[in-house]
Amino acid sequence: MATIEIQNLCKTYGDFVAVRESSFTIQDGEFFVMLGPSGCGKTTTLRMIAGLEVPTAGHIHLGGEEITYSPGSQRNIAFVFQLFALYPHMSVQDNIGFPLKVQGVSRKERKNKVEEVARMLQIDHILKQGVGGLSSGDRQRVALGRALVRDAQAFLMDEPLGALDAEFRDLMCEELRLLHNRVGATTVYVTHDQVEAMSMADRICVMEKGEVLQIATPDEIYARPTSKFVGGFIGSPSMNFLPAQGGIDSGAKSLAVKGGEVAIPEMYQAITSDSAWIGARPEHITLSDQGALRGETVSVEYMGSRQLVVVDTECGRLRVRSDNHIPVKTGDNVGLDFDADALVVFDGHTEKAIDSALFGGTAHG
Amino acid sequence: MIRSAKMLKVGESSGLSKWIAGIIVTFYALVTVMPLLWIVATSFKSPPDSISYPPQIVFEPTLEGYVNLFTERSRQTDEYIEKLGPPETWYEEIVRERNMVVTGPSRFAGRYWNSIFIGFGSTFLAVVLGTMAAYGFSRFKVPLKDDLLFFILSTRMMPPIAVAIPIYLMYRELGLSDTALGMIILYTAVNVSLAVWLLKGFVDEIPREYEDAALIDGYSRFQAFIKVVLPQMKAGIAATAIFCLIFAWNEYAFALLLTSGNAQTAPPFIPAIIGEGGLDWPAVSAGTTLFLLPIVIVTVVLRNQLLRGITFGAVRK
Ligand SMILES: Nc1ncnc2c1ncn2[C@@H]1O[C@H](COP(=O)(O)OP(=O)(O)OP(=O)(O)O)[C@@H](O)[C@H]1O
Ligand SMILES: [Mg+2]
Repeated sequence: MATIEIQNLCKTYGDFVAVRESSFTIQDGEFFVMLGPSGCGKTTTLRMIAGLEVPTAGHIHLGGEEITYSPGSQRNIAFVFQLFALYPHMSVQDNIGFPLKVQGVSRKERKNKVEEVARMLQIDHILKQGVGGLSSGDRQRVALGRALVRDAQAFLMDEPLGALDAEFRDLMCEELRLLHNRVGATTVYVTHDQVEAMSMADRICVMEKGEVLQIATPDEIYARPTSKFVGGFIGSPSMNFLPAQGGIDSGAKSLAVKGGEVAIPEMYQAITSDSAWIGARPEHITLSDQGALRGETVSVEYMGSRQLVVVDTECGRLRVRSDNHIPVKTGDNVGLDFDADALVVFDGHTEKAIDSALFGGTAHG
Repeated sequence: MIRSAKMLKVGESSGLSKWIAGIIVTFYALVTVMPLLWIVATSFKSPPDSISYPPQIVFEPTLEGYVNLFTERSRQTDEYIEKLGPPETWYEEIVRERNMVVTGPSRFAGRYWNSIFIGFGSTFLAVVLGTMAAYGFSRFKVPLKDDLLFFILSTRMMPPIAVAIPIYLMYRELGLSDTALGMIILYTAVNVSLAVWLLKGFVDEIPREYEDAALIDGYSRFQAFIKVVLPQMKAGIAATAIFCLIFAWNEYAFALLLTSGNAQTAPPFIPAIIGEGGLDWPAVSAGTTLFLLPIVIVTVVLRNQLLRGITFGAVRK
């Protein structure tokens, strides 16, 4: 197992920048998730770590050793592909044992290792089968087996659950995380599904348009997004953004919005641009008659013990997650109250978070 | 998978259309197979039977056609033949009944061997070159890729025979006229464009992830190609090989123009039989039957691959 250090990594295709100046360190044994919308450069970054793509600039270190330009076969890194990439002309055991065979491991040792891994993944009963007739879950396990069998320094996984049914995905998510807890291998996991990322990651790295926006633990990233994009991308239903008045000095404790005034965490930094955004998660808004803002209910959706109320206000359409014992129906005029301590303020221009009591002086806007 | 399921459904919904389809297919099969059957039958007839009218469906089979195909004979007087004593071989016996004696082997065996050597040789080359080119075009950044692919395809846009005269002159200058090497080069050149295009389609269908996986597991690019990509191209290679073989095997015009003695293939030779000793239909049919055989055998051997290959990846595995 080893740490992976990425320094100023760049990849361009002609004029197009797929990855821009990425720098981060993945700790030994960490489950590191790279999250971002389609085309943001997750796969490209992963392929550069694997040695399938040559970086345009920057450095990659694996376990302290520079590997930026060494071929993939010499990196001792295992890769699980989205479509599993099981060799269709080989049986399950040959697929799992393939990396060992290439390394010249003896037949007997290979057999032992394959069986050990198969037992761990509970696929020892299908070892002799071809891979053609397997269910997608078993294919997934075989692909994992092929990665596990070789004692690699790190595991790279590119949307390994992308090809599975939603129902199965949850199960595999859990299995993967348990497996990681047991094996403890440094894992870089790529996905565009924030739910998957939140449920599995030790740390999440959010990317957009080739750029790393934020790297933090799931709860940190959820509670303290450092940019409007991260705030909006993480969480479902997603964060509400209220346009607010800018040009505020540090120390401010409230912001003017259309139709009211919203209390916010104390600003540690001035808002220099003339506009700002207030980010409020649906659970940080409550229905209350003496609320700071009023609006008309557009829809009410029951979700078990909670209900999702959509309200049209002067600040746009807001989603509110409230207890479902509060009676409200479509067309009602309701007041909204904000959980001041939990709100995030973003610069209207740069869309970066403004440092405040919420961040405790850690945000760098 | 999905496709076949759909077709089944359509068929089930209307028994009548199933019947009509069956009848059409059967009729078509009969129409195409009849001449072949007739040729095979004729090859086992005696010359008088082969031209008798009305044509004989039931006849006494004889190998006379095949004997005539493989031998040179001359007509002799009865006394001469009697002096020779009893025939030493079964084919002597057949020949003597027509007052003839065998004077030596005909050139058919040599021509047939030429066909096999040139046909399979050029097919092998075209498929090997085509596979590698297709892989390169499919996987790597090749400068002017689209233009190159179009250029390769454009060589098929005119009938090959249109360049017969320049090739004839070139071959004469280079000493390639009437050599097996010359014919192999020519057929390979014609076939390789088809092979590149067909095979590129097949390579494109194979996800790159297989090679990526092999590369990470420790293979070199070439090993990944041989051990991982090739096995998955089997169906495509089989289909492509058959197309190339059929072209090279049947090619008549260039063979007639560029070969005479040494490297002549079977197609220009078989009609020459007609000219040699009157209209010997059984011998011509025997030659044709033997000529058809290799393609039939290869097709039967590769039929499983072919079925998958000829749908050009339309049916998912
Ligand atoms: N070989 C290439 N040539 C040109 N552009 C490329 C190439 N590979 C990737 N790109 C571009 O780089 C960008 C990033 O691609 P990448 O595959 O890393 O995205 P991703 O984050 O993995 O997205 P997805 O979730 O769709 O897999 C994309 O816009 C893609 O079009
Ligand atoms: Mg991707």
